[in-house]
Amino acid sequence: MDLSYTPEEEEFRARLKEWLAKVLPTLPPKPSPDDWPGRRAYDLGWQRMLYDAGYAGLHWPVDAGGQGATPTQHLIFLEETENAGAPYVGAGFVGLLHAGPTIAAEGTAAQRARWLPPILRGEEVWCQGFSEPDAGSDLAALRTRAWRDGDDYVVSGSKIWTSHAEAADWCELLVRTDPTAPKHRGISWLAMPMDAPGVTVRPLRTLAGSTEFAEVFLDEVRVPVANRVGAENDGWRVTMVTLSFERGTAFVGEVVACRRVLAEVAGEARRNGRWDDPVLRRRLGRLSAEFRALWRLTQWNVSEAEGTGGVPGTGGSVFKLRYSQARQDLYDTAAEVLGPEALDLGREWVIDRLSSLSYTIAAGTSQIQRNIVAERLLGLPKGR
Amino acid sequence: MRFQLTEDQRALRAGVRELLAARFDREALRAAVDTPGLDRALWRALGAAGFFALRLPEDEGGVGLGLPEAVLLFEEAGRVLLPGPLVATHLAAGVVEGAATGETVVTSVDGSLVEWLDAADVVRVGDARTVEKDALAAVPLRSLDPLTPLHRTAPDSALHGARDGAHDVVAAAALLTAAEQLGTAARTCELAVQHARAREQFGQPIGAFQAVKHLCAEMLVRTELARAAVYAAAVTADPLDIAAARLLADEAALQGARDCLQVHGGMGFTWEADVHLHLKRAWVRSRRGGSAAGAEEALAADLLTARGTSGGHML
Ligand SMILES: Cc1cc2nc3c(=O)[nH]c(=O)nc-3n(C[C@H](O)[C@H](O)[C@H](O)COP(=O)(O)OP(=O)(O)OC[C@H]3O[C@@H](n4cnc5c(N)ncnc54)[C@H](O)[C@@H]3O)c2cc1C
Repeated sequence: MDLSYTPEEEEFRARLKEWLAKVLPTLPPKPSPDDWPGRRAYDLGWQRMLYDAGYAGLHWPVDAGGQGATPTQHLIFLEETENAGAPYVGAGFVGLLHAGPTIAAEGTAAQRARWLPPILRGEEVWCQGFSEPDAGSDLAALRTRAWRDGDDYVVSGSKIWTSHAEAADWCELLVRTDPTAPKHRGISWLAMPMDAPGVTVRPLRTLAGSTEFAEVFLDEVRVPVANRVGAENDGWRVTMVTLSFERGTAFVGEVVACRRVLAEVAGEARRNGRWDDPVLRRRLGRLSAEFRALWRLTQWNVSEAEGTGGVPGTGGSVFKLRYSQARQDLYDTAAEVLGPEALDLGREWVIDRLSSLSYTIAAGTSQIQRNIVAERLLGLPKGR
Repeated sequence: MRFQLTEDQRALRAGVRELLAARFDREALRAAVDTPGLDRALWRALGAAGFFALRLPEDEGGVGLGLPEAVLLFEEAGRVLLPGPLVATHLAAGVVEGAATGETVVTSVDGSLVEWLDAADVVRVGDARTVEKDALAAVPLRSLDPLTPLHRTAPDSALHGARDGAHDVVAAAALLTAAEQLGTAARTCELAVQHARAREQFGQPIGAFQAVKHLCAEMLVRTELARAAVYAAAVTADPLDIAAARLLADEAALQGARDCLQVHGGMGFTWEADVHLHLKRAWVRSRRGGSAAGAEEALAADLLTARGTSGGHML
């Protein structure tokens, strides 16, 4: 067991920090949360800077245009960019973490050439059209239909909770191509242009007041058959590749950020006198233990991925279960420290407290994660 | 960075597990419950296997390994509920004659409690002093844990409340205890899962019911988080990492043993099942080194320092 970094890893860190110190002051001011064109431009601008500096697609394989970095280098990258206050991946999330890696793993040479470079260069934004009104946790129950018509699929149905839909150029879309097959076997994965005729995006307001996600209505949208990644009706397996990426290193930067917020919360308590309450101090101490351990678990999972050639293990579900809870506890504690100000939306932590509520739902609810842990890691039987 | 067990560490763990399976299996555990007392032959066998001398340098007759290896040993000891003042004797190796080889059984005063006083040859206070048993004026408790005899020192004894010692020894004691708790957490999770797969009600294994399944899933989550914390603290030997490890390992063991009991139903409430032995031992261990409040306060205080605010970049 070794927690020290190799000289090469330390050199990678040093070079990165130096670059961050140089470029971060040149960034434009952050756009407001509801300014989608502004957010898109800002997030893509940052991706372009990463690309120019050779940091784009760090964890992607080299033959997909990535840097082929080790999981540990990726960890260092996420840690240091967060420490330096660099922009979050933002609108680039689906492209860089789901759709891109899926195309890299399952796409043809032509598909890789068409879609991967614009993701890396910060030119195109992707969204994820998986969930539907009647297919959430039971994703395989999705009903959006695709019929073959010549060289096109004709797609009709609706998607929901599609993050970044307003900013997206492309949607990684799951559709039903064989309604007679068992539900996991009749699904295909398509890349759908968001500007295709028949696509209507209706923003949904979240409880935090912003429009992070949207409904997407599809009315006889024509998508070329050439845009299908993987075989027809093999989309479920193709999708699982994507989802395992999602649970790999998706939260590294956030754990780092939570540790910083926790220290800020302690500082605030010190200033406003609540620090004198031993019950509160003990709660802060316990949260500190929690986030320290979550960081260690991240390092453990990353080291494990290093041993398996970069494939994220099932440890991701264990991590997500505890992390999502810890994040909510953190902001509940922040609210306790804020006192009456915990009701003031002008305080950043209050908005973050609201956002933290989605963590036990998005990307597989905590109940579903517990099913996964129990059935896949512990070997408990499926219920009837 | 390679935060995974090395080949040698895996082999060490497998070796200890084998040794304990041979020398302290379930039958031996239940026999120990029925006839309390320290098994000197087993103690010497542990000594011969390097359990106590593990961290002594080789030129002092030790094995020359470190805390990471020690936590693996203590985790295994925790899994099988190996009785005896293991931590105190391990920490006395190289200091108290015969401790390293398992000839001498060493216990220590922890606050007002002393484990295994009657069986011990030597009683220590902190890391330096050795005291006469009589000087403690200790009275026996009817110990909650059938496998851990306990004494309480007299309130007016000069040693009452003694808990200090060199910081690294206190920290090592806390870490090794956390490793034992990790063993209980892992073992109670396994026991619960085994039972949940075998026991049927309403025509299916109870493990197919989500209420049971989710209890088990959370047991694993707590265990794995505690494992990451304990192993990392063994690598860094940082007192705050150890404080964190202790908090998470206590939580994983205490809640794990309770949930394991719940999954066993009425059987879990019996003397016959091993579950209560884990819960009771976990309670005993959670008292060592004072209450959890101290660890929580230390971690909280650190948040106000520059180090605390420096985000995630730690070793
Ligand atoms: C902020 C946010 C962003 C999102 N972004 C996207 C996106 O970009 N693209 C996309 O496709 N989707 C996205 N989602 C959707 C997300 O994946 C779903 O919300 C999630 O999978 C749950 O589905 P659901 O909302 O239909 O809830 P349901 O599945 O209806 O669940 C409701 C409740 O029932 C429980 N439940 C359901 N099934 C079981 C079971 N088998 N056992 C036990 N309990 C069960 C759930 O745990 C939950 O508590 C996003 C969601 C959020 C909150």
